[in-house]
Order: sequence, then C-alpha cells, then structure tokens
Amino acid sequence: MAKHNDKLVLLIFSIIVLLAPLLLAPTGAAYPDLMQRFAIYGIFAIGFNILFGLTGYLSFGHAAFLGVGSYSAVWMFKLLSMNIIPGLILAVAMAGLFSLLIGYVSLRRSGIYFSILTLAFAQMSYNLAYSVLTPLTNGETGLQLRLDDPRILDAAPVEGVLPSTNLFGLEMREVFWNPTFMGYELQFNYGFYVSAFFLILSFYIAIRIFRSPFGMMLRAIKTNQTRLNYTGISSRPYTLAAFVISGMFAGLAGGLLATMDPLAGAERMQWTVGGEVVLMVVLGGMGTLTGPVLGAVFIKYFENIFSKINAVVLHGWFSFMPTWLENFIVMIIYPFVGKGWHLTLGALFMLVVIFLPGGLVDGAKRIGGLFRRKTKQEA
Amino acid sequence: MSNFQMNRRGLLKTGAVMGAGMAMPTILTAGSHGGYVNAPTGSTVTLGFNVPQSGPYADEGADELRAYLLAVKHLNGEGDGGMMNTFSSKELKGNGILGREVVYVTGDTQTKSDAARASAQSMIQKDGAVMITGGSSSGVAVAVQALCQEAGIIFMAGLTHSNDTTGKDKKANGFRHFFNSYMSGAALAPVLENAYGNDRVAYHLTADYNWGWTTQESVQAATEAKGWTTVANVLTPLTATDFSSYIAPVLNSGADVLVLNHYGGNMINSLTSAVQFGLRDKLVNDKNFEIVVPLYSRLMARGAGANVKGIYGSTNWHWSLQDDGSKAFVKSFGEEYGFPPSQAAHTVYCQTLLYADACERAGTHNPCGVVEALEGFDFDGLGNGPTHYRAGDHQCFKDVLVVRGKENPTSEFDLLEIVEVTPRAQVEYPVDHPMMGDGNLGTCNPGT
Repeated sequence: MAKHNDKLVLLIFSIIVLLAPLLLAPTGAAYPDLMQRFAIYGIFAIGFNILFGLTGYLSFGHAAFLGVGSYSAVWMFKLLSMNIIPGLILAVAMAGLFSLLIGYVSLRRSGIYFSILTLAFAQMSYNLAYSVLTPLTNGETGLQLRLDDPRILDAAPVEGVLPSTNLFGLEMREVFWNPTFMGYELQFNYGFYVSAFFLILSFYIAIRIFRSPFGMMLRAIKTNQTRLNYTGISSRPYTLAAFVISGMFAGLAGGLLATMDPLAGAERMQWTVGGEVVLMVVLGGMGTLTGPVLGAVFIKYFENIFSKINAVVLHGWFSFMPTWLENFIVMIIYPFVGKGWHLTLGALFMLVVIFLPGGLVDGAKRIGGLFRRKTKQEA
Repeated sequence: MSNFQMNRRGLLKTGAVMGAGMAMPTILTAGSHGGYVNAPTGSTVTLGFNVPQSGPYADEGADELRAYLLAVKHLNGEGDGGMMNTFSSKELKGNGILGREVVYVTGDTQTKSDAARASAQSMIQKDGAVMITGGSSSGVAVAVQALCQEAGIIFMAGLTHSNDTTGKDKKANGFRHFFNSYMSGAALAPVLENAYGNDRVAYHLTADYNWGWTTQESVQAATEAKGWTTVANVLTPLTATDFSSYIAPVLNSGADVLVLNHYGGNMINSLTSAVQFGLRDKLVNDKNFEIVVPLYSRLMARGAGANVKGIYGSTNWHWSLQDDGSKAFVKSFGEEYGFPPSQAAHTVYCQTLLYADACERAGTHNPCGVVEALEGFDFDGLGNGPTHYRAGDHQCFKDVLVVRGKENPTSEFDLLEIVEVTPRAQVEYPVDHPMMGDGNLGTCNPGT
C-alpha cells in the first residue's frame, strides 16, 4: 500500500483555504459570497464523495439533504437565536435523520435502481417543499426571516432592522479587514472563515475515513459487493453508514448556506442540485481527497463569473484590436460566455470525462508525472 | 497505514496559531465607507441588472435587459432621451446620475431564488453596484428584495405581480412599479360583469405557488363581490405542461367561466388546451362558455397564438397606448431594436428612471435618502398617467389596463386591444388590507 503523507496534504490544503481571499484575487472570485460558496459546496462534494467515490453508489438525492439542512437552520434562526451554532446542529441532525430514512429504503437496491430511488425521493421532497408543505417551507418564495419572529434566546433587536446571523456576536457578513494588496482590494469576512473552518474539518474527517478500516470496507463494496456478501459480510450497514455520513455533510453544507444567506428555497432541493454535486465530484476526481473540492470550485466559478461576462465586458477586453477584428472575436466568444456558460461547462465536462477519466486531479498528476520522469532522465 | 495523528499538544498549538491569526486583522480594521454600502467614489456609478436569461421567463428577461440598456443610454445623454422628456420630474439632465456616468453589470437569475441571490450578492460585493433591479418572477423578486434589505442596497422590482412583494414580504429598501394581483382582480371584475353578466359560475385553475394563490384569491373575491359564484379551484403543478386532464372535468362542473391563474408557459399550454377542447363553443347554463386570464403579457399572447382571441385579461402597460410618455418610449425602443417593447420592458425602464430621479432629488445614492425621495412621490408622463408611490408599502398606484385578445391582429405584436383603462381609485386598497398579509416594512438600511 502506498504511503500517504496526509499531514502534509492537510497542511497545504488548510493554508490554501485560509489564504483564499489573497490567492483568488487575480481571478475575480475573491468576494465573500463566492468564496463561501466554494467552501460550502466543497463540503457538500467531500461528503458526497464518501458515498459515491468510495462505495460507488450514485445518489441523485443529496439535494434533499442540502435543503433539509437549510430549512432546519433557518427555522432555528427564526425561533431560537441568530447564533449559527444551534442552526448548524439541527441542520446536521435533521439531514442525518432524513438520510437514514431515505437510505434505509433506497439501499435495498443497488446500481441504477438505487439512483432512480434517490432521484424519486429528491423530486418528492422538492414538490413537498414547493407546495404541499408551504406552512413549513413558505413554498416558492422560500423561508425567510421576519421582523416579528420570536428568537427566544436573543435580545430584542433594533426596531425595524432584521438581525444578521452571527457566531457569538461576530456577524457572518461583516468584512473585518479590507486591505489593498498589489492593486487588489481584499475582503476578509467572518462568514468565509467559518465556512473555511468547517471545510478543513470536513477534509480532515474525509482523510480519516479514507484511511480507516471502515473506508477499506467501503472500497471493497465498490470493487465487488457480491464477493463480499459471499464471504459472509453484510454490506448494508456499511453503505447505510456511508449514506448517512454523506447526508450529514450535505446537511452541514445546507446549514452553512443558510448562515451566509438566511433564506431557504425549494429549488435547493431540486434534482439539478443533486446532479450538480455529481458533476463536481466527477469533474474533480471521484474517489480522491482534493478532487471534489476542486470540482466544486470549478463549477461555482463558472456559474458565477463566466455567466456575468456580457458583450460590454468582452468589448472591453479586446478594445486594443482594430474594430473589425474586435467585433469578430467578440462574436465568436460571446455564445460561450454570459448566458452560454452552460455550453462551455458542458464542453469542458465532456473533455475531462473523455481525456481525464480521473478528473482534474488526474490531470494534475499526469502533469506532475511528466516532470518527474524528465528530472529522472536528466539525472 | 496512517501516519496522520493529531495529539493534544499539536491541536493546542494549531488552535493557538489559528486563533491569533484570526484575531489579528480585527486590530487593523480599516473604515473606508461613505456612510452607506458601495458609495460611488469615481466618475461612474454602477447599477446591477439581475434578470432571467435562462429558464421559463428568459423571453421577459431578454426584453427587460433591452429596456435597461436603453435607460442607461438615455440617462447618459445618448439617444433621444425617451420618456425622460415626458417625465413630470425634470431633474434628469442626461449627464448620468448626480454627474456620474451610469455603468451597469448584468447577471442571470435563472428564475431561481438561490441563483438570483448569488448573482445579486456578487454585484454588491464584487462589482460595487449601488442599486439592484430586475426579476421576472415573484419568488425571485421577494428573495432578492430581502437580500438587498439586509445588504443595504436599493431594490427596484421588475416584473412581479404577486401581492406578497409589497404585501406580506414588503421591505423598506424595495420598490415596485408593476401592479399586483389585487389590482388585476379589482380592474377585471367590473369589465367581466359588463361582458358576461353577474350570475356566472367560475372554475379556477391555479398554478400551485404563491403568485397563483394570491391571484386566484384576488380574482375570486373581486368577482364574487359582483355576484359570481366559484364552483371549484384546482391547483396545478408549476411544472405541468399537459393540462388536458385538468380541462376535462371543467365541463361537468356546471361552471360557465374558466379562470386560468397561470403565467408564462403554463398559461400558453392551459389556454391552448382549453380552446382545443372546444370549451369556448359550448353553451352552459344557456350562456356562452368563457375563459379569463387575469395576467396577460404580449409575449404570452404570442405563444398562445390565435387562441387568445376575445379573451379578457389585465396588463400593466401596452405599447398601443397613445399618451406622450408611451409614444416616446415605443419610438425610442422601436428605433433601437426594431419592435415594440413589452410591459416587462416598460416597467423596468420606468424603475431605472425613477431611481435615477430619486437620487437627483435626494442629492445622494444613500438608500435612506432614496427611500425618502420615492415615498409618497407623485409623478406623471411615464405611460400610466398620474402615478403615486405609496409610502406605506412602496407600491405604485396607477391606472390598470383591461385588455382582450384581438380578433384580427395585424402583426405578431398587435395581439391585444385595450378594452378599458380602469382608474386608479378603483384599484386602490388600504395598506393593511387582509389580502396583503401582516408584512412589516421595517426601516431603510444603508448598510454598514
């Protein structure tokens, strides 16, 4: 078995995450909202990878747990306190409960039947949240904070002003440090560092699971479940455990989404969100440690940055060219940015799946491999 | 197998380092604010246009964006000035807003609250937008309005028709120029009474979400006040595309009017299916069977084609209006894009101008100043006649158009004819009307 230098990986990972506001500045993604999304969807993908990457069970239903997490957290903000701790605890607990329920039923089947079952459950939860359970979810509009919510643990807020989510007084959306570095205005805010803390924690838990006997058992299930059953081992408790763990990760991600933006809408439960996390994991590298986070960052970057490039921005980029060439180039690029970001993402996804079956991490390894071989030859 | 272990000392050390790292920046906090979020400092001021560019309302979104770009042109003194020339307030000089050139950023709401809020958030945090506007669905408008309230940014709602936007979910930083479900009901009921009598039996098909419910409630209340009865209200899923199974029971219900509380693709499909079933050729209770669509838009009428002929509905504005403002707007929009604007384009153009004008009158972009300037503001010349921005809920009050599908359309844009311009007094309601829920406007939030 290959030796893993996990301590080093975790250290490098933590440093990169903590310095994200600085490192991301040149890419235009270094604003709090998007960085938090990177971290939160990273957690979501890490959790999903524990199920999909290790056991090979492809679930399309994890959006349901994300949604349950968000609804639970917002209800805690409404009823108990704007402090995020109770909200996050309930989010993880409720998502765990839901995933136990859905997992117990769905895991009676494997392969494509399992996927379809989870898809059906996700769609069911979405429809429930969208209309049937409106008193609980506020339907299409989404569950929001209101001025007259009880919030029994909190002191009375300023009249007419909604309180904001906080961690013992540190407001999530507050930018605590706003320096200018190399011409970039950096924004360090509490919300991102809370999410970053949970991302690093999740990453650490994932490492521990990957290297544990439990993780080995999950890999065995992926490799040959029939054989495992013949040796007298019941695999279902393991798959169910993996399912619940990944559901709880999704719940944590959902809760964190609510701490950053206290609104929970039904579309968070739509199957497209569940499909998106599959894309993240496959794109980044299924069954690897850093892959899911990479995939999450990649997709969220496209969704938020690429989709906002409009014709005016493009003309700005190519304004140094003669007008006819500028117009020509803008005409060619325009369908692939702005509202065409899905197109670019789809094409990239195809390229990755065809040429890099192991995802972006695989690509990075291959490039690394090239270097190593070269240096060896030289030596 | 693993060489990764964290002992107590290691944990303590890491914790201490991280704690120190987190605490240090708080000492260095720099306060560089102009008293409110995203105060413009340079020679430009940034507005955020957040519209659906994909999803079911992409057509409306595209038309909204065209109108926004036109408004920016006019504000910056390019083009013919459009409705700036007919607007009753003469503060706008074509030199941008408060002397700063207007620039803009765009985003795609995907008709999803989450995506819309992410997009709005990036406009606020990354692009420094001082005002967000847009939306072509009430769910999205309510969500983005709440975000802007929390962030301390002004939100000028685009096409959103649900009572909730300025009712249950109203916010001090949010303003709506568009009309709402209550006004549709109040404007339609008298026209329907004149056309179809006062002893009709109505059957409602309602899209199963907030907008559908408030519209159904409003229309039912308004028509019942005229003597109609309501035999059934059937909720249809928003994602439904085949309405034949919902249409069949209508015939046996004893109803002689079908009200379709649907919008966009839903309305196109349900109306088409109702007409194909031959509902309109039927005689029930010795009366011609009729269909009503409470909220009409030209883009929808085009989708439903010949099926809209003779069908009543309401709309916020129509390009065939003959007042100076409407004519000026249709002219400059038509010259720019080659076809007349939709009501979605009109309302967002007005909202942009109203915001710019409010900033000029307040002398600042500070949300609290803008709120003060817009509250209780009376204006004219923007195509809807004399209009009032009510302070109590930030809803515009103006005349409402009742329209009917044209029997002999002359072009693909000439599909609706105006039946009646319902005067403002007839559609007004008190701020605490029970249908508006128990919302609380709160106070204006300038952020920071």
